[in-house]
Amino acid sequence: MSTPEATATWGPLQWVGAVLAWIWVGVPFAYGLYQLVLKIPALFG
Amino acid sequence: MTAGFLTRERIVAPPGWSRWLVPPAALSIHLAIGQAYAWSAFKAPLESGLDISGVASALPFTLAIIMLGLSSALFGTKVDANGPRWAMVVATACFVSGFMISGIGLHLGWFWLVVLGYGFVGGIGLGVGYISPVSTLIKWFPDRPGLATGLAIMGFGGGALIASPLTASLLSTFGASGDSPSVPGIGNTFLAMGAIYLVFMSVGWLLIRVPAEGWAPAGWTPGQAKKSGMISTGQVSARNALRTPQFWLLWVVLCFNVTAGIGILERANPIFQDFFAETGTAETLAAAAVGFVSILSLANSLGRIAWSSLSDVLGRKNMYRIYLGVGALLYLLITLIPNQSRALFLVASVLILSFYGAGFATVPAYLRDLFGTYQVGAIHGRLLTAWSTAGVLGPLIVNAIADARIDAGVEGPGRYTAAFAIMIVLLVIAFVCNELIKPVDPKHHEPELDAPADREAVESKGAQA
Repeated sequence: MSTPEATATWGPLQWVGAVLAWIWVGVPFAYGLYQLVLKIPALFG
Repeated sequence: MTAGFLTRERIVAPPGWSRWLVPPAALSIHLAIGQAYAWSAFKAPLESGLDISGVASALPFTLAIIMLGLSSALFGTKVDANGPRWAMVVATACFVSGFMISGIGLHLGWFWLVVLGYGFVGGIGLGVGYISPVSTLIKWFPDRPGLATGLAIMGFGGGALIASPLTASLLSTFGASGDSPSVPGIGNTFLAMGAIYLVFMSVGWLLIRVPAEGWAPAGWTPGQAKKSGMISTGQVSARNALRTPQFWLLWVVLCFNVTAGIGILERANPIFQDFFAETGTAETLAAAAVGFVSILSLANSLGRIAWSSLSDVLGRKNMYRIYLGVGALLYLLITLIPNQSRALFLVASVLILSFYGAGFATVPAYLRDLFGTYQVGAIHGRLLTAWSTAGVLGPLIVNAIADARIDAGVEGPGRYTAAFAIMIVLLVIAFVCNELIKPVDPKHHEPELDAPADREAVESKGAQA
């Protein structure tokens, strides 16, 4: 089994990598979501 | 001997590797292949540019969905055996090749190359790419399988949110929008999208890792996974899973849940305009219908992660009771009081679509509960034939009935009464099937594997099979 200590040994490089990985998928998804939300007000207009 | 770049051994996570790096890898694949749901963005330009019918322009998408089911069923065991990096590379190669072949086909004016490229080759990429990240995430998140699979499968729904505006923008850039679109311009859009997805998906297969032998989340033991009688500690092979009633009951549940969702999704725009035809001018009604389609897409996407995550708390069987039982009641509601209240109609439709998406997202975790993680990817692949079946049958039923009612001169919500009644019956049948699902008979289990180390040994054996 891995230990909590083993998973808590992240260096700055790994943190940067993780943030970039989430940005890589998060930004396009947020853009798509934003484009979608723009169309919703017409439903209540 | 050094393990090859694509092998499972090469991507075993080193100590300290965070499992939270795995969802972005999975999402890189699912956000890309989810583009399939945005195929409709190509329909109008293809119909105008090549002078083809609506049925013909839908052919690449229909074939892609059929290939998704077939390839995930045929290659599921190979995907489990070769590991997620191999599967993601194959998925990327097929999916991107599909766009490239289509682009070349359009430059030559050969529509059949679009059907072959996007539908057949790209469809194989959809099937291989869909199951692999899901089964990998299940192994990384044994404590929260519903959240993990919900996240990946929400990505598949979210892929259309990205692809719709991207496609519209590229078509406009290449002069392929409007009344007389340039066919080479549509081809260029396919080529550009292929290049974009090649780069985007690459992060997925570079980043993906499988957990090391015996790995478990900190502070979690395999014994904690068994919280109810529905969660098996046994492992069932894909071949044996097909011999169990549980697999086929779940097949019917997924098939009918998808069919019921498509009942609204397929004709969301005209349904809204028919239900509320007398509430405004043609322009405001058309704009409101676009808003309605958008809010349904949002519900479809967000329902995947929200309801699937909740399944970790309430249990998979209970969640399907909600999706199917409440779904049937909501369909009944909009059939009995169709257009008295726009708010009521909206809430009912949003919930139905959120249950539709959630049905996809929760099913891998349901499979893992019933059959274990041993060959869950291959079993999931075989189950996706239910999606292909529903993807063809659902629109066929709804469109045939609605078109017949329109031809008969029926106006307003009455056009959909019969179709909605069929959806209610299908949901009730699926509800009964879900009730009949019991834990798998231990005779189908692989030789007893209680210790995690033993389980890993068998998974490794299965991987080599």
